[in-house]
Amino acid sequence: MADPLISLDGIEKVFDVRRRVGLMRREKRQVRAVDGISFEVARGEVVGYIGPNGAGKSTTIKMLTGILTPSGGRLRVAGIDPARERMRLAHRIGVVFGQRTTLWWDLPLKDSYGLMRRMYRIPPARFEQNMERCVEQLDLAALLDVPVRQLSLGQRMRGDIAAALLHDPEVLYLDEPTIGLDVVSKARVRAFLRQLNEELGTTVLLTTHDLQDIEQLCERVMVIDHGRLMYDGALGGLHAMGEGERTLVVDLERELAPVEVPGARVVKVEGARQWLAFPAGESAAPLVAEVAGRYPLLDLSVREPDIEDVIARMYAGRG
Amino acid sequence: MRQRAGRGATRREGLREGPGGGSGEGSGGGSGRGGAGGEGHRPGLYAAVAAGGFRRYATYGTATAAGVFTNTVFGFIVAYTYIALWDERPGLGGYDQAQALTFVWVSQAMLAAASLLGGGFQEEVQERIRTGDIAVDLYRPADLQLWWLAADLGRAAFQLLGRGAVPLLAGALAFRLALPADPARWLLFAVSVVLALTVSFAVRYLLGLAAFWLMDGAGINMMAAVVTIFFSGMLLPLTVFPGGFGELVRLLPWSAMLQVPLDVLLGTHAGAGGAARALAFQAGWALVLLGAGRLVQSAATRKVVIQGG
Repeated sequence: MADPLISLDGIEKVFDVRRRVGLMRREKRQVRAVDGISFEVARGEVVGYIGPNGAGKSTTIKMLTGILTPSGGRLRVAGIDPARERMRLAHRIGVVFGQRTTLWWDLPLKDSYGLMRRMYRIPPARFEQNMERCVEQLDLAALLDVPVRQLSLGQRMRGDIAAALLHDPEVLYLDEPTIGLDVVSKARVRAFLRQLNEELGTTVLLTTHDLQDIEQLCERVMVIDHGRLMYDGALGGLHAMGEGERTLVVDLERELAPVEVPGARVVKVEGARQWLAFPAGESAAPLVAEVAGRYPLLDLSVREPDIEDVIARMYAGRG
Repeated sequence: MRQRAGRGATRREGLREGPGGGSGEGSGGGSGRGGAGGEGHRPGLYAAVAAGGFRRYATYGTATAAGVFTNTVFGFIVAYTYIALWDERPGLGGYDQAQALTFVWVSQAMLAAASLLGGGFQEEVQERIRTGDIAVDLYRPADLQLWWLAADLGRAAFQLLGRGAVPLLAGALAFRLALPADPARWLLFAVSVVLALTVSFAVRYLLGLAAFWLMDGAGINMMAAVVTIFFSGMLLPLTVFPGGFGELVRLLPWSAMLQVPLDVLLGTHAGAGGAARALAFQAGWALVLLGAGRLVQSAATRKVVIQGG
């Protein structure tokens, strides 16, 4: 990678956790929240960062913003060591924590944006322009005069995303940006992020539990567990690695006994509809031809494997 | 009256991530972080934060009305108590009865602004530390202490006007007070009040940051309120206490929060030199305590786990 925007080299974060045992004694224990992670992110990439609770995702994000200092390893964001120059870095990054808000709780939404303008010293013309874009694309016009505490979760999230972008950050970290949102709000947030990346080339690093976020936004995905990077590559590769299966759903003319075709097995039958699992790496074409040739086929569809299953299988395989 | 403000709506206990949830304490290693360097001198930003603090509290009209009512009723109760006391012991603490009553009503006017009974921002800081929302404050390109100082002075400015004016007016109408006619005295008093609010902030900032280690501020907040009620002069003017104990309580930082501004207003300091000494005493405590706050802040942000995922 010629000029990585983000680079981590053997990054570690060790916490001392003290726990009370008995009345007076305290037990000290070390937890390696992040245990030697290395990766690079190029400008303009949209990267998903996934893993189970406690895997070290948020700890990584906090080190990337400079609010946590790594215990070991080398970390650079836009050429800056985040923990040493947190303030300087802050002008070049945007951060959205889905479960938290940077907005001024009791005041109208637009007051928070005025504060962002001063905090990041955004030139007035640039501020106007960015506000216009965010208001239009995130549909904020009707919300600007509403106190933040009266916004719905989805509205607040859109407001927070706008707040993180007014100073034109080169990279946007999103920690669970769609958590708790309804389907419509999720779709809107994803569409906006896609547009942001396409139009402005903003680099996006996204942690999420919602695998649709990853499927719809990220070409590259990193999987982390127990503080270690388990996978770094294309989404498709993750399927192969987890030995996932695709599913061929066939609608027959009538209820029949489970179909028998080589290279696939029936996993479910419901009336005239049957589900056939086959290896994700194989082509569906010969299978379709086989079924169509031998059975009264009305309709069919192919379903990609559920990434959640794939990841679960991956963990199980290593565990 | 407690106003919960500035918090995320969507905290989810179940999704906490990382070690240190609950009672965890951790230590990170290595380097410090960029402090105020270059980001401290931004009057525009902090003025906007202060204005926001003012407007935030101004949105709670009902709470303000309830506070005004409470302060006024409380003022009458204390006023009649003081009348009984000063009838029995005229000249107690060096005040005549009109001065003692002025002490009562100006105290009531300053009580909310100087957060003598708690309230203000420290509970909010503690809550943000407990839930991990403090992470949002930390990644901003702004100085944490100046940010909260500005917000708290904005709040105090609102509460001086919104909570202070009506009780003082009620007191002035119902009793003969010893309010000065000299505008210079009022100017000195105004400066002294700003210093009092700053000292009050500086103490409460330390209490707020204590949550980085304690995780729950309720205990020390309660202790702090009791200490403040007595040592600020809220319960009785500190001038009534004789001997070494009296000397001591008048030197502690809490006296800078209420006793000193009231003495500046009442003119009990002899001459211009006396008033200057009083203001210098407040400014000294403000600097020492703000400095201590900075030290604790840098220790806290270096050492401590930020809660939550």
